[in-house]
Amino acid sequence: MIRTALVLAGLGLGLTAVMAQSNPIAERQQTMKAVGAATREGAAMAKGDAAFDATKAQAVFKTYADAAKKMPTLFPDSSKTGGETTAAPKIWEDQAGFKAAFAKFETDASAGATVANLDGFRTAFGAATKNCGTCHEAYRIKK
Amino acid sequence: MLLLRRLFVTLVLLAVVGFAGFYVLTDPRVVSPSPEIGALPAADVENGKLLFSAGGCTSCHATPGQDDKWRLGGGLALESPFGTFHAPNISPHTRDGIGNWGVQDFVDAMAAGVSPSGQHLYPSFPYTSYRLMPPKALADLFAYIRTLPPVEGKAAPHDLRFPFNIRRVVGGWKLLFFERAPFRPDPAKSEAWNRGAYLVNGPGHCAECHSARNALGAIVPSTRFAGGPDPEGKGWVPNITQSEKGLAKWSKEEIAELLKTGFTPSFDNVGGSMAAVVRNIAQLPEADRMAMAEYLKSLPAIEGPERPQAKAP
Ligand code: HEC
Ligand code: HEC
Ligand code: HEC
Repeated sequence: MIRTALVLAGLGLGLTAVMAQSNPIAERQQTMKAVGAATREGAAMAKGDAAFDATKAQAVFKTYADAAKKMPTLFPDSSKTGGETTAAPKIWEDQAGFKAAFAKFETDASAGATVANLDGFRTAFGAATKNCGTCHEAYRIKK
Repeated sequence: MLLLRRLFVTLVLLAVVGFAGFYVLTDPRVVSPSPEIGALPAADVENGKLLFSAGGCTSCHATPGQDDKWRLGGGLALESPFGTFHAPNISPHTRDGIGNWGVQDFVDAMAAGVSPSGQHLYPSFPYTSYRLMPPKALADLFAYIRTLPPVEGKAAPHDLRFPFNIRRVVGGWKLLFFERAPFRPDPAKSEAWNRGAYLVNGPGHCAECHSARNALGAIVPSTRFAGGPDPEGKGWVPNITQSEKGLAKWSKEEIAELLKTGFTPSFDNVGGSMAAVVRNIAQLPEADRMAMAEYLKSLPAIEGPERPQAKAP
C-alpha cells in the first residue's frame, strides 16, 4: 500500500518534471515571476519601506542568479510562439547575445550574494536590476 | 459629336481645376503655414535639455549601435506600411545636419512639419505631437541641440512605395489629419494637470504609440491612449486610459515609478520600445513625472481595440 503510494508519488513527481520540461514557456514565465516577486521584496528594502534584513537581501540575489542559470535552457526552437509568451523572435536570431545578457545578470547578481548592510545592498540591487529593462528591451515583446 | 466634345472639355477643365485646387490646398504654406515666432527671450538651454529628454529625440535620431546617445547622426530604419523611413542627421553639423538652420527653420519643422526647402515632412517624425510645444520651448530645444557634437554623414534616403514617396501627398494627409496649433492650457484644471497634459501630448508624444492607426497611418481619435498594434508592426502597445485593461488600478505613484524605473506594480519591467521612453523620461524631475501621472489618471476609460488572442501552443 505504502509502496504503491510512493511509486505513484514518484511517478507524479516525474510527471510534473516532464510536464515542466515539455512546457518551457510556462516554466520560464514562472521563473521570471519569481524574479519579479524577489524584486518587490528588494525594492521595499531599498526604499526603506521594509527593514533591511541580510538574509532576505541575499535571497533576492540568489533568486536572480538561479534564474540566470536556468533561463537560457528554457527557449527551445519549439517554444517561439504559444501560450502568452512575450519572448521576442530576436532570442532565436541572436542566441549568443541573449545568453550573454543572462551571464551579465548572473555576474551582477553574484556581487550581492554576501551583502551585509543597506548601502551595499542598494548598490548591488541597483546594478542587478538595470539588467531587467536592458534585456526586456531587446528580447521581449508584448503581443 | 459637339456635345461629346463639350463634355470632354468640361471634364478636362474640371480635372485641371481639381488638380489646381489640390495643388493649392496641399501647398505646405497653405495647409501648414509657418508659425509666427515674434521676438523671443534668450534661449534657456536647461529647459531645452529637459524637452529633448521628454521628446525622446535620441530614440530615433541617435545613430544605431553607438553608446553615445547624444550623437544625432541618424540612420535608424523605421518600418511602416508605406515603406522604410530613415531618421535623418539632426546634429548641428553644417553640411549633413541642421547646423545651418535658423530658429524659424526649426520651429517650422517641429510645429508645422515643413522643411527649410519648403517641403512637407512625413508624420513618421511625430511633429503631430511636437507641434504642441510653443515657439519659445522649441527655441530652447534648438539651442540645446546646438550644444551637441556635430556628426558627419547623411542617413540613407527613405525607401517608400508610390505614391508615398512624393512629399506633396503629405499635404493631403495634413488636410485630413493635421492641425497646427500649440498647447492651450485648461484654466479649470490644476497647474500640475496642465503640465502633465502638455508633457504627455506634446513632447512625450505618448499617444503616437499608445493608439490605433487608420489605413493612412493617422491616429484613430476614438482609440487615443487606448492601445493598439505597434506602429512598426511588432507586438502590441497597451491601453493607458483608465479602463480596466489600462491603468485603472494603478496609483499616481505607481505610474510615476514606471516612468522612472520601468517597474510595473507587479514588478515586471517594461521592455520593447517603452524601455527607451523610460530611459528618457527618467531624466525629468520627479514633479514632471507626477504631473504626467496626474493627467493620465484623469483620462476617461476607453476599452480600445481588441488585443489579438495568443495562439495556442
Ligand atoms: C537576459 C534577459 C532577461 C533579464 C536579465 C530579465 N528578464 Fe524578465 N523576462 C525575460 C524574457 C525573455 C521574458 C519573457 C518570457 C516569456 O514570456 O516567454 C521575461 C519575462 C518577465 C516577466 C513576466 C513573467 C510572466 O508573468 O509571464 C517578469 C515579471 C520579469 N521578466 C521580471 C524581470 C525582472 C524584475 C528582472 C530583473 C531583476 C528581469 N525580468 C530580468 C528576459 C529577461
Ligand atoms: C519616432 C521617431 C522620431 C522621433 C522620436 C523624433 N524624430 Fe525627428 N524625424 C524622424 C523622421 C523619420 C524624420 C524624417 C522626416 C522626413 O524626412 O520627412 C525626422 C525629421 C526631423 C527633422 C527634420 C530634419 C530635416 O533634415 O529635414 C528635425 C529637425 C527633427 N526630426 C527633430 C527632432 C527632434 C528635436 C526630436 C525630439 C523632440 C525628434 N526629431 C524626434 C523621426 C523621429
Ligand atoms: C515608441 C513607442 C512608445 C511611446 C512613445 C510610449 N510608449 Fe508606453 N509603452 C510602449 C510599449 C511597447 C509598451 C509595452 C511594454 C512592455 O510591457 O514590455 C508600453 C507600456 C507603457 C505602460 C505600462 C502599461 C502596462 O499595462 O504595463 C505605461 C504606463 C506607458 N507605456 C506609458 C507611457 C507614457 C506616459 C508615454 C509618454 C511619455 C509612453 N508610454 C510613450 C510603447 C510606447
